Amino acid sequence: MLDDFLVRAALAGIGIALAAAPLGCFVVWRRMAYFGDATAHAAVLGVAMSLALSISVFAGAMLVALIMAVTVNTLHGRGHAMDTLLGVLAHSALAFGLVAVSFIDGVRVDLMAYLFGDILAVSKTDLAIIWGAALTVLALLGWRWSALLLTTLNPELARASGVNSKREELILTLALALVVAVAIKLVGALLIGAMLLIPAAAARPFARTPEAMAFIAAAVGSVAVLGGLSTSFALDTPSGPTIVCLAAVLFAASTPVARLLLGHR
Amino acid sequence: MSLISLKNVEVRHGELTALHSVNFSIDKGEIVTVVGPNGSGKSTLIRTIVGALKPSKGQMEHAEGLRIGYVPQKLFIDPTLPISVKRFMSLPRSFPHADVEEALRHTGASGLADRPMSALSGGQFQRVLLARAILEKPDLLILDEATQGLDQPGAASFYRLIETLRTELGCAVLMVSHDLHVVMSASDRVICMNGHICCEGAPEVVASAPEYRALFGSGTDGALALYRHTHTHSHDGDCDHDHDHEDHAHAG
Repeated sequence: MLDDFLVRAALAGIGIALAAAPLGCFVVWRRMAYFGDATAHAAVLGVAMSLALSISVFAGAMLVALIMAVTVNTLHGRGHAMDTLLGVLAHSALAFGLVAVSFIDGVRVDLMAYLFGDILAVSKTDLAIIWGAALTVLALLGWRWSALLLTTLNPELARASGVNSKREELILTLALALVVAVAIKLVGALLIGAMLLIPAAAARPFARTPEAMAFIAAAVGSVAVLGGLSTSFALDTPSGPTIVCLAAVLFAASTPVARLLLGHR
Repeated sequence: MSLISLKNVEVRHGELTALHSVNFSIDKGEIVTVVGPNGSGKSTLIRTIVGALKPSKGQMEHAEGLRIGYVPQKLFIDPTLPISVKRFMSLPRSFPHADVEEALRHTGASGLADRPMSALSGGQFQRVLLARAILEKPDLLILDEATQGLDQPGAASFYRLIETLRTELGCAVLMVSHDLHVVMSASDRVICMNGHICCEGAPEVVASAPEYRALFGSGTDGALALYRHTHTHSHDGDCDHDHDHEDHAHAG
């Protein structure tokens, strides 16, 4: 079964969708849309470094994503209007990454794959790494769920209840870097943010509890992956962007459908 | 034995010294109010006591096993986060449903348990925050400008509620407030801050202190006159707080 590239692609996509769902909810709740983008863009620099040093792309992307995520998290914690600085960091990391890649011989073709992803090229090893990372992220978030929620609501309230809000934020940061590092091969650096944000946003009108929102986001993400893959197969369109397009359509439909089904809001 | 004591504490925000030379303690069952102009370090003091900020100098000691109930200054819940009152109150530890209902009843918020947090009015929201703070049966209740955004009758009834809670639960109360006259009348001790503690004592004493006058000057003359007028009697003897706060609120 795993010999079929479409099956591998579908499984890999679902793995990412499941891990991205609860993580994406936190990105939405904490208003940190830029967080995902900046981390993902930085990962391109990591890819360039890995190719130059001939180390695992996953390890390189993970390392740089982690550094960027911690930087962004620290800046965010300062509480200033960090919009501009985040924008500068995100885009310059991407630009430096792209320039660095151009110095390496023979990888020009690969570049597009890391920007837009190449889910159809997922190998069995990739699949194992992706599911390993996804399960790690889910276990981590599940374990810290209540503390993370309280930290998201109000860090001081968390402190007063004996929750170390800094540590919880670091856990989120770690989880994010992990998801970005494994997802870059699938949907590409430019669209990882979409996989985090869009399913969570689409889930909001249907959810009455934080947990429900995460589960619905996982469902929306999985549907987008499966639907996007079959659409891209049928129409011969690039897979990563098609998946995101489908997620966007689901998002656009979510509010009217929720209003119809739930009869309020 | 004090619940909390601070000795010569200094807190810095980067380059800025927000607090310096703070000596402070609070005893069991005491109601202490912190007043001071904006930027005087009131919230910094609260956040340090709660443990959200670390003193750069000095010592802070908590009584052993001290339980703190904290009501933050403002709590903005992003509308994208769906959460019910019940669920909110069970973070980070869950409590039996009966306890949650009991706490809500105590703060006059019965029947709100299943409502989404986003559907609460300002007054209901504060009562829910207060209910959450008393769930763990705190020895010390800390409120940081908890009546921000409430109108005067709302604030007055909120303070009356806090006094009732103090009697019922036997907890000490430390609060920051802008509602000078209402708050001062409800306190055993008032602390006036401006980067450090510039004066403290019984409400009457602080109200007439030159340091306090210098900070709050003419703006609160009316309020203080009112405050004095209604309190010339109640501070004789053992301070039986049977006065009516609603009067302050309407008159002010």
